[in-house]
Amino acid sequence: MTSTKKTSKHELIPVHEKLSDTEKEKLLSALGISFREIPKIRKNDPALAEMDVKAGDIIKISRKSVTAKNTVFYRGVTDV
Amino acid sequence: MNIDEIKSKLNPKLIEEIESYLPKGTSADKAKKVYEEVLEEYQEAKVSPGECVGIITAESIGERGTQMTLNTFHLAGVAEMNVTMGLPRMIEILDGRKTIETPMMEIYLNEPYKSGKNIRELAMQIKETRLGEIVKEFVIDLAENSVAFTIDDEKAKILGITPSAIMKAVEKGTKISVKNSGRQYVVPVAGKDAGVNEVYKLKELLRNIFVGGIKNITQVLPIKRGEEYLIITAGTNLKSVMESEAVDKQRTISNDIYEVYSVLGIEAARAAIINEMYKVIEGQGLNIDDRHIMLVADMMTVDGSIKGITRYGIIGEKSSVLARASFETPIKHLINAALVGEKDPLNSVVENVMINQIIPVGTGLPKIVMKQPEEKK
Repeated sequence: MTSTKKTSKHELIPVHEKLSDTEKEKLLSALGISFREIPKIRKNDPALAEMDVKAGDIIKISRKSVTAKNTVFYRGVTDV
Repeated sequence: MNIDEIKSKLNPKLIEEIESYLPKGTSADKAKKVYEEVLEEYQEAKVSPGECVGIITAESIGERGTQMTLNTFHLAGVAEMNVTMGLPRMIEILDGRKTIETPMMEIYLNEPYKSGKNIRELAMQIKETRLGEIVKEFVIDLAENSVAFTIDDEKAKILGITPSAIMKAVEKGTKISVKNSGRQYVVPVAGKDAGVNEVYKLKELLRNIFVGGIKNITQVLPIKRGEEYLIITAGTNLKSVMESEAVDKQRTISNDIYEVYSVLGIEAARAAIINEMYKVIEGQGLNIDDRHIMLVADMMTVDGSIKGITRYGIIGEKSSVLARASFETPIKHLINAALVGEKDPLNSVVENVMINQIIPVGTGLPKIVMKQPEEKK
């Protein structure tokens, strides 16, 4: 997993990390869904600017949450 | 279950809270009992599978919405700046409007500006400046058919606008070559037989030429919040502002969600929707659970771009014809669906309500699965 923590990032942007292929398979089977069903993020999203991503990748997003302090969210990368 | 297993099932905030309440020197056994008790309550309080959270969200926001005043204008606390608040602002956010009524930015600053040094000058430099604002006087020469103007040097110096920059901006704006003699600039009118009208038009054009600052920022207001100074602006241009060295790039924010989306990305836009919704709710003294707003924000950003809750946004994305038709403009949806021979598999809630069938929500969701008895030979 490549970390993209950078000090200059805006406080509204949570940490985005790319999942490896094995992690991706594991996640999808654990959730029992296909890639089509997870929320999406565009490939040209500013938050992914410094990351090497392609359509079909899954991004792990570690959000700060008011109700649970930290939550993890996943988005699949799409073209367009 | 040991204590670590229990902790892994609770969320970090709960654990933090429990730890802050446990008295010092609580034995591990007693602490474990507390955790077990909390876990039980926690699981009891969780939303059960099949719960129709969307409808609950809609009701929760809608009911509070009826109590909101329609009062659009409100003072932003310090000075005469109009801000859209209340119901109109909420509609604006939830509709995912591209152009909002009162775009604003909060510009946080780095040292030394943070502690108030030169903040007025900095604010002036950020504001967009038109030529008319730094000109001492315009002189119209009808004999020569030209407009001459002199620059207020002091003002120009504060704003960091150089004579060559003025020359460039004027030449670009008018497409006429400018003569510069000392402090006076002379712009002749194009065309030999120009009348008085053309000269006046040129003067008005000159007045409006953009010479410095950041475009779209029409008003600036330095204020003190807590211990630090920041600048509030009317009009937004997040991208250009973030390029400045004096600006804190981690906290500076615009209230235009589309702008946040294009500069900072979809996750930031989601956070911005939540924050902006909070501001409205708090401003009205209402109380809506965080989770409802998070659900709305997640739904609006689910496909990687911002979709408003309108017939063009997330409703238009629904796969069922009947569900779309039940929201707005039913005839249009039904005719279009008929033209292309669309099928409706009746998988969702609205269409099943229409045809009086069990809706796939709550206890209507599970299906009975039967194992067929093996055939006897």
